[in-house]
Amino acid sequence: MRNKTTILFSLIASLGIASLGFAAEGVTEQADGRSLSFDNKKGNCLACHAIPGEPKAESPGNIGPPLVQMRERYPDHAKLRAQIWDATVANPNSSMPPFGRNKILTEQEIDLVTDYIQGL
Amino acid sequence: MKRNLTYIVAGLLLGTSIVAQAGPAEDRSALIDYYKQILPDIKFENYIYGALAMNPDAKSQYDDFMAFPSYSIDLDKGQKAWETPFKNGKKFSSCFPNGGKNVAGNYPYFDNASNRVVTFENAINACLKANGEEELKYGESEMGLLTAYARSLSDGMKVNVKVKGKGALAAYEKGKTYYATRNGQLNFACSTCHIDNAGKFIRSDQLSMMIGQASHWPEFRGGTDIVTLQGRFKQCEKNVRATPKKADSEEYNNLEYYLTYMSNGLPMQTPVFRK
Ligand code: HEC
Ligand code: HEC
Repeated sequence: MRNKTTILFSLIASLGIASLGFAAEGVTEQADGRSLSFDNKKGNCLACHAIPGEPKAESPGNIGPPLVQMRERYPDHAKLRAQIWDATVANPNSSMPPFGRNKILTEQEIDLVTDYIQGL
Repeated sequence: MKRNLTYIVAGLLLGTSIVAQAGPAEDRSALIDYYKQILPDIKFENYIYGALAMNPDAKSQYDDFMAFPSYSIDLDKGQKAWETPFKNGKKFSSCFPNGGKNVAGNYPYFDNASNRVVTFENAINACLKANGEEELKYGESEMGLLTAYARSLSDGMKVNVKVKGKGALAAYEKGKTYYATRNGQLNFACSTCHIDNAGKFIRSDQLSMMIGQASHWPEFRGGTDIVTLQGRFKQCEKNVRATPKKADSEEYNNLEYYLTYMSNGLPMQTPVFRK
C-alpha cells in the first residue's frame, strides 16, 4: 500500500510537470523552428501531434495526426503554412489553435515552424 | 397543388416534432449515445471516474489512494465548520431538509422567484445570512472544505437536476451555449476537449467525457489542493488563455447548471482525488 502511494505521488509529480501546460515553463533556447514547435508556451505542437522522426518528442498527444512525411504530403509550403496559420479555414471544426490569426506565434515564427515541419 | 400542400404539411409536422424533441433530456441522451460510440468500452456508471475510467492502472492507484485519502484531516475541518453552531445556536443542518443528508444532488436548481440558478454554495451562504452570520467567499478553500463535507452527506445520491419552465430552460440554454463557444487565444470551447476529443490525449493528459464530471465536487487535486467545480472551470479557461469568469457569476452558475444536469442519474461522491 505504502509503496503504491509513493508511486502514485511520483506519478502526480511527473504528470504535473508534463500536464496540459500551454502555460507551463517554456524552453528558452534560441528560437529555431524546432524549439518553437516543442515549446509549450509557443507552438506546443506535441500537445496534439506525435513527431515520430524526433527521438526527443516524448509523450505527445494524439488529437491531431502524426507529423510525418511532410514534404511528400505538403510539397506546397504555402499550403502547410496556411494550415498552421489558421486550421479552421480548411476545417471550421478543427481543434487546432489558429497560430497566426490569434497571434499565438508571430509571422516570422510561423515561417520557422513551417520550414521545420516541412523537413520532417 | 394537393401534392405541394402535403409536402408543406409534412414539413410542418416534421418541424414541430423537431422543436418538441429538442430539449435537455434529448441533449443528454444524444450525448450519452455519442460517448457510447467513441468510448465503447466504458460503462455509463464509470463516467464518474472521468479520465481514470480510461486507464486501469491509474484507476487502481486511485482506488488505493481513496482507501486512505491524505485529505481526511482537511475534511475534518469541513465537518467541524458544518457542525459548529451559529451564534444563535442553530446549525447548517437546520437550513436543509433531512439535516442536509441526500440533498446536494438536487443542486443547482432554478429559482423562479429570483429568476436565477441557485447552487449549493448559494444555499450555504443563504443559510449563513438567514442566521445572521457572515457569508463565505465563493471559490475559496473555507467554502471548499465546508461544502466538501456537506456534500459528502449526499454520497450515493443520484444527481437529480431539474430543468422545468421557461426561465430554467433559458438558463440551461445559456450554459449549453457557453460550453460550445470557442474562447481564449487558443480558441477552444469546453466541448472541443471534453466532447470532440474525449478519450484522446492532450500531451500526457487524457481528456475526460463531460457526463460524470459534475458528481464529485469539490475535489482534491494532487491529493491536497481543494478545488471547487467553478475553480476547475477557471483552470481550464486559463489553460486556453481565456479570461476566466468569477466564481458565482451568472455565466458560471448557468454553466454549472447545464453541466450538472448532464450528470443526472450518476451517484455523487465527495470529495475525490484527482491529479
Ligand atoms: C490542440 C490540438 C492541436 C495543436 C496544439 C496543434 N495541432 Fe496541428 N492538427 C490538429 C488537428 C485536430 C489536425 C487535423 C486536421 C484539422 O482538424 O485541422 C491537425 C492537423 C495538422 C496538420 C496537417 C496534418 C496532415 O496530416 O494533414 C499540420 C501540418 C499541423 N497540424 C501542424 C501543427 C503544428 C506545426 C502545430 C504547432 C505549431 C500544431 N499542428 C498544433 C490539432 C492540433
Ligand atoms: C484544452 C483542453 C481543455 C479545454 C478547452 C477545457 N478543458 Fe476541462 N479539462 C482538461 C483537462 C486536460 C482536464 C484534466 C483531465 C480530465 O479530467 O479531463 C480537464 C478537467 C476538467 C474537469 C474535471 C474533471 C474531473 O473529474 O476532475 C472539469 C469539470 C472540466 N475540465 C470542465 C471544463 C469546462 C467547463 C470547460 C470550459 C469552460 C473546459 N473544461 C475546457 C482540458 C480542457
